Amino acid sequence: MDGQQVRDWEARCIEEQPPACNATCPVHVDARGMIEHMAKGDFEAAFALFARVIPFPAIISRICDHPCESACRRNDAGGAIRIHELEKVCVSCGYEALPFKPQRSRDKKKIAIVGAGLSGLTAAMDLALKGHEVTLYEAQAWVLDRLTRYDRIVLPESVIAADLARLDASSIDLRLGAPLTNNGSGPELSDLIDNYDAIFLGIGPEPLPGIDGQLATTADGRIAIDALTFATSHPKVFAGGSQRYGAGYSPITSVHDGRYAAQSIDRLFQGASLTASRENQGSQTTRLYVNTARHAPAPPVMPRDPVRGYAHDEGIAEAQRCFPCHCLECVKVCPYLEHYGSYPKRYIREIYNNETIVMGQRKSNRMIDSCTLCGLCAEVCPEDLGMGEVCLSARQGMVEKGRMPVSHHDFALRDLAFSRSAAFTLARHQPGFHGSALLFFPGCQLSASSPDHVARIYDHLCERVDGGVGLMLGCCGAPAHWAARDDLFGQTRDEFRAEWERLGRPPVVTACSSCYRMFADHQPEVKIESLWSLLERVGLPGNANEGASVPTTLAIHDPCTTRHETDIQQSVRRLAASRGITLNELDGAGNTTCCGFGGLVQFANREVADKIVDRRIGQDDADYLTYCAMCRDNFARRGKRAVHFLDLVFGGEDPAARRDPGFSARQENRGRLKRSLLRDVWGEKVNEPTQDIELTVSAEVQADLEKKLILEDDIRQTLRHAESTGEKLVDAASGRFVACHRPVAITYWVEYTIEDGRYVVHRAYSHRMEVRRAS
Amino acid sequence: MTDKAVEPQLMCAKCNKPLVLGKVKASYLGNSFDVDLPHCPDCGFVYVSEALASGKMLQVEQALEDK
Repeated sequence: MDGQQVRDWEARCIEEQPPACNATCPVHVDARGMIEHMAKGDFEAAFALFARVIPFPAIISRICDHPCESACRRNDAGGAIRIHELEKVCVSCGYEALPFKPQRSRDKKKIAIVGAGLSGLTAAMDLALKGHEVTLYEAQAWVLDRLTRYDRIVLPESVIAADLARLDASSIDLRLGAPLTNNGSGPELSDLIDNYDAIFLGIGPEPLPGIDGQLATTADGRIAIDALTFATSHPKVFAGGSQRYGAGYSPITSVHDGRYAAQSIDRLFQGASLTASRENQGSQTTRLYVNTARHAPAPPVMPRDPVRGYAHDEGIAEAQRCFPCHCLECVKVCPYLEHYGSYPKRYIREIYNNETIVMGQRKSNRMIDSCTLCGLCAEVCPEDLGMGEVCLSARQGMVEKGRMPVSHHDFALRDLAFSRSAAFTLARHQPGFHGSALLFFPGCQLSASSPDHVARIYDHLCERVDGGVGLMLGCCGAPAHWAARDDLFGQTRDEFRAEWERLGRPPVVTACSSCYRMFADHQPEVKIESLWSLLERVGLPGNANEGASVPTTLAIHDPCTTRHETDIQQSVRRLAASRGITLNELDGAGNTTCCGFGGLVQFANREVADKIVDRRIGQDDADYLTYCAMCRDNFARRGKRAVHFLDLVFGGEDPAARRDPGFSARQENRGRLKRSLLRDVWGEKVNEPTQDIELTVSAEVQADLEKKLILEDDIRQTLRHAESTGEKLVDAASGRFVACHRPVAITYWVEYTIEDGRYVVHRAYSHRMEVRRAS
Repeated sequence: MTDKAVEPQLMCAKCNKPLVLGKVKASYLGNSFDVDLPHCPDCGFVYVSEALASGKMLQVEQALEDK
């Protein structure tokens, strides 16, 4: 994985962007965090978050002009959260703010603050906390003079006093009744400049008499102040508050000015840039996406006592109205992303760390191999970020470095090897033809699930399509692609290509949407069509559906590999309608989900695969209709009644009740399909292989073998080995034999008895570790 | 250590001997360790129970695959 690519992916996940309340607040109070605590009744934790940012929590909770509320996304669903009222009830509980503990400064500087309003006091407190020596000059005989103009009901004196206790506890040298002058009767700016390392002027909205000539001013006579850095024309002098923003008092803006002017002063002392990295300073808009339509409208809680504001219980109720704002659009729709408890930005970082780790466990291997690569996350992401791309890239890295855990994809790749072997592969023109107008490629999974349907639909195509329909049995290579085995994928493609060229490069018709995807994405020279579009053109088998008992209403599940293939989706819908079927849409074809097979998740992480299937099958009570054999069988495996489109065509008794054939039968069905086609279509004499070992496997044991990915063929090999060598154990108590065999890299164990010449399998299991008696 | 008789119900069918517990070599992905497992004292057929295969052994396999 390329580091720059990783950073680009990370930047596209917006979950860590601040919520609108926090972004809009000039000093970025974590209102969402506070409210989440309050919703749980933990007002003390909420207060701690507030007081961490706000130097005078009691005062601000009473008089903040709360721009946060106008940005609140609850506005779209019943009305903004009353954040200001929540802060008020939170602070009124009387929790103590953090004690005033200045840092130790190795390079203590002297700072003069002029004006003990909110901007000046904030700057003074912040700089004193940094360990600097702060002297505060105030013209009045008291601080916060402007606040005395508030109605005492809004801002009682006791509230101001509560906050000023912290100021009293500070080391700030407070000089009251000391106005800045220009006649020697009090401190003059030039004296301050001479005697201090930096000065902050928080002197209220009025022009300062005589300042002209000392500092650059605006047209209306106020000090010219840089809105980002709060610098004035003199390098040591900074200013802010209503001197900067003028009339229309905004307490929180004054706090903001004092805070960020103090940061500039600190930067000045450190010789750092005054302007660098301040993009997030002050009120901002946010990229965080919130789907407010998900939330039912709810009006704000009205306090029983409008003057006093919220009581404790009312505060909790209002706090519970907060969503809270998160994006997580992908996590909400994907059981895989939900399973690992986080969101893409963090996953991407974990995946990158997993790849670059030098020593130790690669803890994210299984997580990387648990993505279905279905693309739904990118579909719902406001920034089109797809985890499939990330995970596939990570898998490629793992394979290249020899770090891919062999157990994750081994079974699927052996199944692929079977589908590439002579046991299944076949490529022929239609009998009687020397060329093919079309080449039917049913794919390995429909052949594994419904071999009879493959034979019948091929027969139908041969009847309806002029010029001959060739047939090719084989694998498109999707499992190799999903496992990031580019070597195997390339070989599979080459094999297809050689046969396709031998047959004269005919247009290819696929029954499986994964094959369609693989050809469309990786074999651009192959002209490709889906079986469903073709059937719409040439018509369905005429006498079909006789005896099929399928409900007339079905819920349609589109395979994830057709997500953007609108033509195919529509063909299937029209074909279903022509059969008198009414379809329930799930989330629409574009937002379809994986059935749990995609990306080989079923093999790397059965738990996640099952969560994915279970969520999908729980969406509608109707039987499902799909047009991918693997989707149908996965639904059936988890107990959902489901039909493949060809079940509608060729029917039979209650096809929705058909069971998942299981992995052993899948391979057998493929082999049998090839043999039966050779016999029935091409008239060749092909014998069915005789079975030297007949197994008896109960349904319960069979289900267990499925989970353990043990094929009946593995069991036969093991029994053949044990019976031919005599190497086996016997349990004296039960009389059962225990056989063991390691054909290549997996040791299989089978517990069995022999009854009437049949081998009754009681259980089987396997491991990869090799054990031998120490020599 | 001396090999002692274990799981008396399991006999090696070929040698007609009860299995004994003793040192065997387990290896995976180029790592190997000695463990005590039941085996036939004559032919050396080593028995791995399902509990071991799906428990501790699987954990070690996975840890080694992720190393």
